[in-house]
Amino acid sequence: MSLATPISRVRGLGSAHAGVSHFKQMRLTAVASIFLSLWFVFSAVGLSGADYTTVAAWLGSTVNATLMILFVLINVWHAALGIQTIIEDYVDQVVVKTASLIALAIVAYGLAAVCSVAILKVALSG
Amino acid sequence: MVEFALPKNSKITKGRHYPAPSGATDIKTFKIYRYDPDTGENPRLDTYDVDMSDCGPMVLDALIKIKNEIDTTLTFRRSCREGICGSCSMNIGGRNTLACTCATDDVAGAEVAVYPLPHMEVVKDLVVDLTHFWAQYEGIQPWLKADSAAPQKERRQSIEDREELDGLYECVLCACCSTACPSYWWNGDKYLGPAALLQAYRWIADSRDEATGDRLDDLEDPFRLYRCHTIMNCTNVCPKGLNPAKAIGEIKKLMVERTL
Repeated sequence: MSLATPISRVRGLGSAHAGVSHFKQMRLTAVASIFLSLWFVFSAVGLSGADYTTVAAWLGSTVNATLMILFVLINVWHAALGIQTIIEDYVDQVVVKTASLIALAIVAYGLAAVCSVAILKVALSG
Repeated sequence: MVEFALPKNSKITKGRHYPAPSGATDIKTFKIYRYDPDTGENPRLDTYDVDMSDCGPMVLDALIKIKNEIDTTLTFRRSCREGICGSCSMNIGGRNTLACTCATDDVAGAEVAVYPLPHMEVVKDLVVDLTHFWAQYEGIQPWLKADSAAPQKERRQSIEDREELDGLYECVLCACCSTACPSYWWNGDKYLGPAALLQAYRWIADSRDEATGDRLDDLEDPFRLYRCHTIMNCTNVCPKGLNPAKAIGEIKKLMVERTL
């Protein structure tokens, strides 16, 4: 039980002077994701039924490979920001919260790296 | 922290039934949450059949009738009975509102369910502990801050600048909005909630105030401000028809604006 005054509890550790960057990134990645996802869907529909060689050749184009990498990075980035918000919302214990956020960063960076390498591998082979 | 189930000692049990007097024809049933910490018993839901032919039209009228004529132990806050003081905020028919401005006939369903404001510690029956809520209001420093020397008369404001405060100054701090907000339920210890943030914006938007930057500095925090996920429950329930979500959005806009 704490006998801290109500205003002391409200002031807590003070303002973290953070959050604007997360807010901006969330919105910018959302807007970017709309355009990249539209491009991806149209491209995927156009390539439906195509064999590996055709897809590899399509991905061999600098523009397509770049957009594909951006599509992955932007969406992983956006997802990571969203999951971070969910963790902050629902996980209260500092240790569990910190561990979850570190795990999220590892998974997000790992996923982004693996996808990018995979795309480059196919693109450079095409 | 999120909680998906009520603690054991908060589970609601079946309460007492107070039937309407014989001969009553226009009967409305009120199911009211009752909790007395002194008894050590779990909360219960008491049922009151009220003769509406001898009762005012608002839910507060019925509560006062119940307290005066049926069960004097029923506890609730009330004062102005016209939507100005914000005292009689409670959850009526599943919706946070003021009992004094909520007509009994407007509550959907055959029965009128009356509970205290959600996710707040209950002091007794429909009275919740608003200590932290008030401290949060105090925390945003709801007074005019100016370094300029005080003028001989009033601090002047143009008509246009004054209009910026419309939709903000009318807040009666009833806590309906904050206690309807899931983010406030989960993180109310750190998240300021829609009521305090609307009040914070009321001073940010005030042309006479000279501490806008300091006020934004204080709010720039992942929890104090950015726990708002634009769920809009606050705007949906505000009994004064205000838009706290818009005020919070304006604060977020200013936060971005000052980085550009």
